[in-house]
Amino acid sequence: MKPKVAFYWCAACGGCEEMVVDLAEGILDVVAAVDIVLWPVAMDFKRADVEAMPDRSIAVAFINGAIRTTEQEEWVHLLRRKSQVVIAVGACAQMGGIPGLANFSNRAGVFQTVYREAPSTLNDAGVYPETIHKDNGFTVTLPRFFDTVKALHQVIDVDYYIPGCPPTPQLLSDAVTALLSGKLPEKGSVLAPDQALCMDCPRKDTKPERLAISEFKRPHEVLIDQEKCILAQGLLCLGPATRAGCGSRCIEGNMPCTGCFGPTSRVRDYGGKILSAIAGSAASNDEAEIARILDKIPDPAGTFYRYSLPVSELQRKRL
Amino acid sequence: MPEPFEPRIVAFFCNWCTYLAADLAGTSRMKYPPNARVIRVMCSGRLDPQFILKAFADGADGVLIGGCHPGDCHYQEGNYKCLRRFNLLKRVVKEMGIEDDRFRLEWISASEGDRLRSVMIDMVDKVRALGPLNWNASVEEVAVS
Repeated sequence: MKPKVAFYWCAACGGCEEMVVDLAEGILDVVAAVDIVLWPVAMDFKRADVEAMPDRSIAVAFINGAIRTTEQEEWVHLLRRKSQVVIAVGACAQMGGIPGLANFSNRAGVFQTVYREAPSTLNDAGVYPETIHKDNGFTVTLPRFFDTVKALHQVIDVDYYIPGCPPTPQLLSDAVTALLSGKLPEKGSVLAPDQALCMDCPRKDTKPERLAISEFKRPHEVLIDQEKCILAQGLLCLGPATRAGCGSRCIEGNMPCTGCFGPTSRVRDYGGKILSAIAGSAASNDEAEIARILDKIPDPAGTFYRYSLPVSELQRKRL
Repeated sequence: MPEPFEPRIVAFFCNWCTYLAADLAGTSRMKYPPNARVIRVMCSGRLDPQFILKAFADGADGVLIGGCHPGDCHYQEGNYKCLRRFNLLKRVVKEMGIEDDRFRLEWISASEGDRLRSVMIDMVDKVRALGPLNWNASVEEVAVS
């Protein structure tokens, strides 16, 4: 009997589903080797189908997305019960990801922006999502939306992590191969190389011994040299503190690393670590000049915790 | 009656200047509030921003960094590294909703015991006026609603 595999999505954009599709014909190998028992984006399954399965009957559940509603919370508890191995796929499941930036606000703030203030919002009646709504004798319900977004391991026990926004198809197929062959690393491992992106970077030979940046720039302000270290050019490239394994996709596209693979295993707080590297490279010893250089970095908390706010030391903004 | 609030300050002092200033304040029998838990580091440049974030997350009401005056660093440039990180970290900490007065960097040389005393008094007063930070509780409070 083929091992049963489930794919599920929580608070995510769908990019991690795209990664599965990006296996291209490789997906046929996966389908040949495993039985897909749940994959809401591509196949029709209901929650009752999963509830009816015996506990631990799913070999592996690949779950992407952060947890921000009661529905997602219920689903992942259910999948944890039914699965032998749970793998958090993508930056959102691993660290909270982009939805985790909502931890700078709360439910009221998010609703206000989305259902009231966004330029594309038309909501003159001031309708907001409600968990219970009664109309014309009927009652309809919606999941409750949390004030704080969480990563998957903050809600259920997670066995492995596949990092990235989205992860590469290669990382996924490597993980599937490892699972099928039973050659599993230590529980809790991130299934990607444990070294910084700079070590892997095609431009690493152009990175100066000592970075000294006197002017930080943003990608739309300059023509980025295609050969030289992007950070040395004054663009915020977060490679020094970010885990390798992405194949330097952004660098190959001549764009700086934004840190979606998260930290290596030795780092507790990704934002603090990259802040240390970036601030330390400001080329001045004068307080006013240092302030002038670093002021060019807009929104440092949002920039350095772009993917990892919910798993940072502080986890969310204090309101 | 509830106990009056006593701020918990985590103070990172460099081995060569500020820690010696604290020593001097002590041997000179200067009086200042006992609210700081002093952690000696070899240099203010040794301070990983993660230490400061962890201090706040684990219950500090304020964090004080003490290092050598600019130009006086035992390792020549460590305090400048600290100054650069402090600038950016201060902005991050503020974005997270932590008030300015809770996070402070002061240059205090080995001979400035009296300055250490006045900084301690001032910081404890200001943090006391702000009230408890109580990070975990403030995170939990919004999380459960």
